Amino acid sequence: MKSRRSVIPGFGISMGITITILSIVVLIPLCSLVVFSAKLSFSEFVYTVTRPRILSGYFVSISTAFIASVINVFMGLILAWILVRYDFKGKRFIDGIIELPFALPTAVAGISLTHLTTTNGWVGQIFYNLFGIKIAYTRIGITVALVFIGIPFVVRSVQPVLEKIDIQYEEAAFILGADAKTTFRRVIFPEILPAIISGFTLAFARSIGEYGSVVFIAGNTPYETEIAPLLIMSELQEYDYSAATSIALVMLLIAIVILSINALAQSIVSKRVNGKA
Amino acid sequence: MNLRRENKVLKYTLITISFIFLGVFLILPLIYIVITALKDGIAGYINAVSDEYAIKAALLTIEATVIAVIVNTIFGIAAAWLITKYAFKGKKVLSTFIDLPVTVSPIIAGLIYVLTFGRQSSLYPILDSYGIQIIFAVPGIVLATIFVTFPFISRELIPVLTAQGTDEEEAAAIMGAGTATIFRKVTFPHIKWALLYGIVLCTARAMGEFGAVSVLSGHLRGKTNTLPLYIELLYQGYDFTGAFAASSILVVLAIVVLILRLVIEKRGQKELDLNK
Amino acid sequence: MKKNKILSLAIVAALSASLVACGNSSSGSSVAEGTDEIKAANSGEVIELTNVSYDPTRELYAAYNEVFAKHYQEEFGQTVEVTQSHGGSGKQALEVANGLEADVVTLALEGDVQVVADAGLIDDGFTSEFDLDSSPYTSTIVFLVRSGNPKNIYDWNDLIREDVGVITPNPKTSGGAMWNYLAAWYYFEQQGQSEDEILDSIKKLYANVVVLDSGARGATTSFVENKQGDVLIAWENEAFLSLQEYPGEYEIVVPSVSILCQPTVAVVDEVAAKHGTADVAKEYLSYLYSDEAQEIEAKNFYRPSTKAIYDKYVFSSDSNTITEVPADGKWINDNVNLTDINHFGGWAEARATHFADGANFDSIYEQ
Repeated sequence: MKSRRSVIPGFGISMGITITILSIVVLIPLCSLVVFSAKLSFSEFVYTVTRPRILSGYFVSISTAFIASVINVFMGLILAWILVRYDFKGKRFIDGIIELPFALPTAVAGISLTHLTTTNGWVGQIFYNLFGIKIAYTRIGITVALVFIGIPFVVRSVQPVLEKIDIQYEEAAFILGADAKTTFRRVIFPEILPAIISGFTLAFARSIGEYGSVVFIAGNTPYETEIAPLLIMSELQEYDYSAATSIALVMLLIAIVILSINALAQSIVSKRVNGKA
Repeated sequence: MNLRRENKVLKYTLITISFIFLGVFLILPLIYIVITALKDGIAGYINAVSDEYAIKAALLTIEATVIAVIVNTIFGIAAAWLITKYAFKGKKVLSTFIDLPVTVSPIIAGLIYVLTFGRQSSLYPILDSYGIQIIFAVPGIVLATIFVTFPFISRELIPVLTAQGTDEEEAAAIMGAGTATIFRKVTFPHIKWALLYGIVLCTARAMGEFGAVSVLSGHLRGKTNTLPLYIELLYQGYDFTGAFAASSILVVLAIVVLILRLVIEKRGQKELDLNK
Repeated sequence: MKKNKILSLAIVAALSASLVACGNSSSGSSVAEGTDEIKAANSGEVIELTNVSYDPTRELYAAYNEVFAKHYQEEFGQTVEVTQSHGGSGKQALEVANGLEADVVTLALEGDVQVVADAGLIDDGFTSEFDLDSSPYTSTIVFLVRSGNPKNIYDWNDLIREDVGVITPNPKTSGGAMWNYLAAWYYFEQQGQSEDEILDSIKKLYANVVVLDSGARGATTSFVENKQGDVLIAWENEAFLSLQEYPGEYEIVVPSVSILCQPTVAVVDEVAAKHGTADVAKEYLSYLYSDEAQEIEAKNFYRPSTKAIYDKYVFSSDSNTITEVPADGKWINDNVNLTDINHFGGWAEARATHFADGANFDSIYEQ
């Protein structure tokens, strides 16, 4: 056995269960994705996944997901902050509904957000009449849906870390003459940075692949509001399995890269924090 | 004093921003769903939610959710235990694979099962000869639901178990306790609340899954239509009231789940305080 | 350690067994459902039939399935229960080809049925299995505009005007949208345009598209419910359904030129053989040609194939604008020049020329 010996029994059984379920649910199906896209030669694969329309699909997905995740970092930080640091009426209510986007079916979210943001919807007409901005059926609409999807990730990553920060450090910093801004920047921010990064990457990765809510609000115009997951669907409907799996494989790689960046960032940040201390 | 005043302005600004943000993004869609669901009055609403197909869809959704939560609980405990209690090669890779499903597009999640168990797969003739149908049938829906909620429970458990360390288990093992005893008597009390929280999250997400299930359900009315798919069907059949009424079932379920979460958290907190 | 290994093996085995059991239980449960129904049936056996169809036929088959069940009960003394599945035609075809166990498919176009046949599930010659190329009902493509036709849209060339917002689904993902595209193509061809000019016109038309939905129903929802665009290019049956659902809000404009859409039906031979439903499936589709069924099709705004019934529903006026469903139920407008798919060399050729990756439709979006 490869493991270093541990006195705690149960290695075999927990390894057995983990590997079995992981294989059936994740590994074997993912392998078939790789096997299927391997039916194309490498140059065909590259051609398939770099056609202009496909590239623009990745671009739309990644850019809107990025903007949405940046918004989510700001709003998530504020939400986590008020939930941890302040007492106010309705706090428990806010705390309770943060997970709503997890629980609400993405299709339902997509349908109601679309209805709200079309040029004659409750919110949409305000923006359209006052600023001439259209939300539904534009990239703004996609971003709105992705903000909805991603908000719990940042809040729930940052909140527990913020709770653990000892308020004494801040008080010490204040007594030493630091103003609120400096305290935040020098004392709190470094502590919660790993949590922010992991919240951001999770929200980002989830948003890139989001389909259910986005198809309703996107308008799906090629080169404008056509997202990568929709392109996979469209290739499938074209009966082009190898093209669909190729695009899927690229998206999978993007997800893995994002997760790895997160892991890397976590280890760098924790090293830096530890080094300082 | 100065700090205090500044904080107060900041406090109310931040709280106001939060309320506006959540109001627009989370509350307004909910209000919209409820209002549209009740457009045809209470009778219309009751009619819509007690439709034969709506009930069948709700039952299927509950079935898939329950199975997915059970499988993920077993998996989550095993994986979290494995990752936090032992040192072995390939641990990092393993935990990356466990986290991967959350970041995989639901469409791809559905697609991989179609590729694995569909007619063009080499597994299909074997399964078919035993009369087993995975995709376009209930097992496929269950698999997709497990996939999208895969790491939810292990992710909740791992931090708790890491913080707890391995000393207690080691001590118990040296004193001769078996795996089951160690888990039940030593580990479980620590992870109880985190586990419940994970189960609640997993349930919430499992009920609402749309994209992955949509790819491999086959949309057979009354057979493989889950509640979210049934909502889409009604929506596209010009039955907006019905669609939003069915949505409201899920909204209610979601709210129940979220309230449960708060209760769990509060009790967990109390216990923690007592232990201190 | 050894004990643990055995234990873990046992768990692996148990999990695989539960997965298999899971598979069995689903097929088992449908049997159980069947036994429940037996009590209700007069003569014992309940036959289950699965019809995989495309988006707009929900209402049609909801009505037809009742009529057919009654007919089959009277004629053969057996109860038939039909399970419906609806979705984009191309997607539905693909799912059947992938193992969705449909006894019959009733799709938007022959090309989609061909996909199922190519997967080896339908025997060759399905287009001649039933009358009239296996199309029991047909439809055509019309425009749906907002009440009073504020943008003065009367024909295809109005759709390329800069001030007009068009709603049509994506031909890459929707069968109906392919018909829309081909009808537009035929119009510009009739105007004597060269191929490059036609492409240019089509390009202008799609540049006006506000929302390119993935299916016909989605497009109708964008136009009707979310109030996007000025004109919806739609199946005739979808357009009439909108008139019926939203009286006074919309008008149908019949263009001078359109296309005869032939939705194709077929028995999925391999699945039907496996289920032992080949005879019922065949009866299910042939009964679509009966007078009773043809009436239902006409009432759901599909053009019936039986001449006598077709004539019964022909519109008396020669106006090309229809503001409401005619009170006498006569809705078929004959005053239109219809081409058909043969003009484009059949579906295989039309797909290769227009809708395949890198073909005409893709080229109009290239920048």
